[in-house]
Amino acid sequence: MTAQVITVTSGKGGVGKTTAVANLANALAMDGKRVVCIDGDIGLRNLDVVMGLENRIVYDLVDVIEGRCKLKQAMIRDKRYPELYLIPAAQTRDKNAVSPSDMVRICNDLRPDADFVIIDSPAGIERGFRNSIAAADRVLVVTNPEVSAVRDADRVVGILEAEEKGSPALILNRLNPALVKNNDMLSAEDVLDLLGIQLIGIVPEDETVIIGSNRGAPVAADGKSRAGQAFRNIAKRLQGQDVPFMDLEPQGGLWSALQKITGRK
Amino acid sequence: MDFFTRKRSSASSAKERLRLVLIHDRTDLTPEEMEALKDDLLKTIARHIEIDPETIQIGLEKDGREQRLVADIPLRGNARRRTG
Ligand SMILES: Nc1ncnc2c1ncn2[C@@H]1O[C@H](COP(=O)(O)OP(=O)(O)OP(=O)(O)O)[C@@H](O)[C@H]1O
Ligand SMILES: [Mg+2]
Repeated sequence: MTAQVITVTSGKGGVGKTTAVANLANALAMDGKRVVCIDGDIGLRNLDVVMGLENRIVYDLVDVIEGRCKLKQAMIRDKRYPELYLIPAAQTRDKNAVSPSDMVRICNDLRPDADFVIIDSPAGIERGFRNSIAAADRVLVVTNPEVSAVRDADRVVGILEAEEKGSPALILNRLNPALVKNNDMLSAEDVLDLLGIQLIGIVPEDETVIIGSNRGAPVAADGKSRAGQAFRNIAKRLQGQDVPFMDLEPQGGLWSALQKITGRK
Repeated sequence: MDFFTRKRSSASSAKERLRLVLIHDRTDLTPEEMEALKDDLLKTIARHIEIDPETIQIGLEKDGREQRLVADIPLRGNARRRTG
């Protein structure tokens, strides 16, 4: 077996790439998979804090590339899951410290001993993005149901197609079901229709995500978190399982009361 | 949907605006360039057959991730070939 390399990217910044990587990695590890995450956001390291591993960093990606340490030495083991690792980004300002071929080489070195390698791409369509997609077997594009985020996602999808990376799958993050119901937010159908790519998951706007990131504990492990559930479902789909999409009706309304009565929940 | 002011829902304006923006992003044609293209097409067609410019529809349509230029040109009942 050899690992599948998955890159999470978006075009627009701040839509939830790092959150998605941390949660998918945790959810895959919960399913017993061997996972290595790579923070591809050189100069703006963040995946370490979202995963709660910032105090364990000794070496980083650029140290590996420049030969200051072995690959294994830069792999930080997760606190909860012994088969989950993070390779942190360097905080260097030299964006050229990493090249696409470096990423391909590192991923090839990781493939034999992992099930999934998940790369957190920086925002934008520059060097860091190119590095992050270089080794990808599969690309996930994260967007929010907002005009600018969808527009930037479309640009990225166009570039991925032009680079023959195949059609990416969409994670629609921060969907607010109450706003959609009120016709004040693009629905998942709207976004899919506009982008014309396949959907791999819808993650609701959920305050537990922020609480989890405060603690450095991704919500995938929180059985009560709706966003956590959504990420666990996406992780199952990445493993090839057919998981139905969550029912994202507004919480606490008449609808969910009815569903409770009729036992559909 | 505000019935009295007939204001469209913000989601449908978002979708419509995105639809147009994506077409132009994907084809790299500005709205002005698109208008110029339509004008040229109409002029060319009118050199060969009689048409009523009012009834003609030319626009970009989306088919999945592909864009196509679609022209709908009704011909007049007695559309004669223009001579000369
Ligand atoms: N489903 C969600 N519900 C609520 N908050 C969310 C959700 N997803 C992400 N967030 C919050 O949005 C912010 C941005 O998320 P994140 O850092 O993952 O985005 P990013 O795409 O990695 O950003 P950048 O482009 O800067 O790398 C964070 O504060 C995160 O906690
Ligand atoms: Mg990030």
